[in-house]
Amino acid sequence: MNHELLTALPEAPPTSSLAGAFKATLARDLRQALRRRSELINPLVFFALVITLFPLGISPDKALLATLAPGLLWVAALLATLLSLDGLFRQDLEDGSLEQLLLTPQPLPLLVLAKVAGHWLLTGLPLALMAPLLGVMLGLPSGAFGVLIASLALGSMSLSLIGAIGAALTVGLRRGGVLLSLIILPLYIPVLIFGAGAVQSAVNGMPSLAHLAILGAMLALALLLAPLAIAAGLRLSING
Amino acid sequence: MPSQPASDEVRSAPPLLAVVALGCERDERWLFEGLDLSLHAGEILQVEGPNGSGKTTLLKILSGQFHDYEGEVLWRGQPTSRVRDDFLGSLLYLGHQPGIKGTLTALENLAWYQALGGQPQAKVEARRELAWAALDAVGLAGFEDMPAQQLSAGQQRRIALARLHLTPRRLWVLDEPFTAIDRDGVQALEALLLAHAQRGGSVVMTTHHRFSQASRLRRLCLGAKEGEKAEQGSEQGSEQGVGGKDTASTQGASA
Amino acid sequence: MTADSDSPQAPARKVRPRKGGLWPWLHRMGAPATFFAASQRWLPWLWALAIMALVAGSVWGLAFAPADYQQGNSFRIIYVHVPAAILAQSCFMLLAVCALIFLVWKIKLADMVATAAAPVGALMTALALFSGSVWGIPTWGTWWIWDARLTSMLIQLFLYLGVIVLRGSFASRDSGSRAASILALVGMVNIPIIKYSVDWWSTLHQPATFTLSEAPPMPASMWIPLLMMVIGFYALFGALVLMRTRVEVLRRESRKQWVRDLLSPSSRARPDAAVVATEGDKS
Repeated sequence: MNHELLTALPEAPPTSSLAGAFKATLARDLRQALRRRSELINPLVFFALVITLFPLGISPDKALLATLAPGLLWVAALLATLLSLDGLFRQDLEDGSLEQLLLTPQPLPLLVLAKVAGHWLLTGLPLALMAPLLGVMLGLPSGAFGVLIASLALGSMSLSLIGAIGAALTVGLRRGGVLLSLIILPLYIPVLIFGAGAVQSAVNGMPSLAHLAILGAMLALALLLAPLAIAAGLRLSING
Repeated sequence: MPSQPASDEVRSAPPLLAVVALGCERDERWLFEGLDLSLHAGEILQVEGPNGSGKTTLLKILSGQFHDYEGEVLWRGQPTSRVRDDFLGSLLYLGHQPGIKGTLTALENLAWYQALGGQPQAKVEARRELAWAALDAVGLAGFEDMPAQQLSAGQQRRIALARLHLTPRRLWVLDEPFTAIDRDGVQALEALLLAHAQRGGSVVMTTHHRFSQASRLRRLCLGAKEGEKAEQGSEQGSEQGVGGKDTASTQGASA
Repeated sequence: MTADSDSPQAPARKVRPRKGGLWPWLHRMGAPATFFAASQRWLPWLWALAIMALVAGSVWGLAFAPADYQQGNSFRIIYVHVPAAILAQSCFMLLAVCALIFLVWKIKLADMVATAAAPVGALMTALALFSGSVWGIPTWGTWWIWDARLTSMLIQLFLYLGVIVLRGSFASRDSGSRAASILALVGMVNIPIIKYSVDWWSTLHQPATFTLSEAPPMPASMWIPLLMMVIGFYALFGALVLMRTRVEVLRRESRKQWVRDLLSPSSRARPDAAVVATEGDKS
């Protein structure tokens, strides 16, 4: 090691840009996920597996499955999201980069949004895009596919945001996974009701724009408040 | 609180980092209480104490990660909560874990820190050049494009240490920086810390390492006994124990 | 600049004791020792109020109030169900308020109250759920129906359990307190959203004929005992939470001098020992 690089200390600390930090954090998470692709497809496989269980557990009757399809698809996608949440901050905590994230001058609630956005891009969005495939298997009318994708894409953003609160609160606990489900699932209920409701009304041939609008309103509220709770949760979790 | 310093001397040089009547109580147990200390530019503070005496907690308080304390932490005479941006922008903290992602290469790891810390060079190429030079400085030239998980624990720590070269930060808070570093690395790091002090920077660190050269070094001993603390300042380095490696002798020296 | 206390000469400290009001009182009560001594005086009154209101309300409600013209005698379960349901909601609000006080002003007593209140609130929720499903037998002919009211109550029970379990999961009590406080606030924001979502969902699927909550206009002989029961439940809840908080105070402050003084044999005889200890401790 040499220390020729040590330049004179600046009087004022260097100014840093929030956008740069946000982009770098998001890019880092995406790049990491792309290098561990097997973990990337876990939620998708889980989604498909759970959907496979329903015909086996209930009945292969096409009409019955078609009635249940909106709810089944939404519940399975919700559980797949939940499953992936436990790892959202865990690695960052274990390798020490979480405390580094907390020590940046940028506002933490906005930086954690980058983490949440990464989570949505890697789980929520793929789940939404995959859902029509499973919809076919459950006999969901093809007219509802558009609404299925839209409701899942929109709703899973809220799921990622709300779930990140639970992930932040439980990341310091050794077995946080089960606890995470307990504290987060009740909070998921409104999103589930309106998400599945949107698909259901599309199946019934009714307009589902109102449902999507309510999902959007929930997303707006979650975007506003969840980052604060996530940041507070992370601050307590790094101190064990 | 007086807004105007009393004398010119104080106004010209408030300590870089000061702690006034700091106390930390966790779960109804006082880790430390009534701690006063001030760190001026160019000083290195070595925090010592047995396990569980609150060294890491003190460092977390000083680096603004832990807020449940009594008393005040002042950055250049101002509460850190009030000058948060300036304080965090001047701080470089290295914790127990190096904060390095195994799937990313050394350069990619550093790039994230450059983006977070506001490297003044906006150009990607210039940033890369700087990161490369920093890696070279910690002896990792040739490893910059390897995923960090293929490197040894010591090499991963060196990636973290490369950050010291990377961004000019005034205050370094280092938690056991000598862990997993080989003998050459230890010497180089020691020289680096002294060079940083020489350019007017300050260091707070926990370590049981004995500096071979102790100018600018001050020591703080936490938890020498239950509820007691002892501060030890020695500008001349008269208190350095060259042979004493264990905490017992340190306490003996400070008692 | 009208009040005396604003003039620079007058030391603020001298003026303070003359100022009464809620805020200074709350501030004094924030000290666990003061609270411990004062709550000892409140407890007998709360218990007396609880027992009187509950006995009078239940005798009146169960024996003397007229039977409902639609539901017959089965409506009488509202004398348990409605107060329990109201308490279940109030208690979560209490948790959220305590959480806010604890997180913002770092008053530990608020967290102790929240610790003490959460299980009582969960119990009230369970009681409301149980009484609701018992009411379901004569009304709907089944123990459980996915009625909006019962469904929200069930979700609320899960929220309570989440807060209680999260608090207990941390090795450090301070971390557990913070985590539970954050979750309580998040839950409080969500409760109205959950409630309206479930209501909407319920009307979509099955327009309910009866609901326990929106009873038709009642004659005074029906609602006065109900009011008494509600008051009784509040007093009972207050007494239970107060008692549990006192235990929590002792548990957390067991290393403090005032608790040691309190528990030492010489001072046990004097009921005002805690007050004396407070003055010494708070110096």
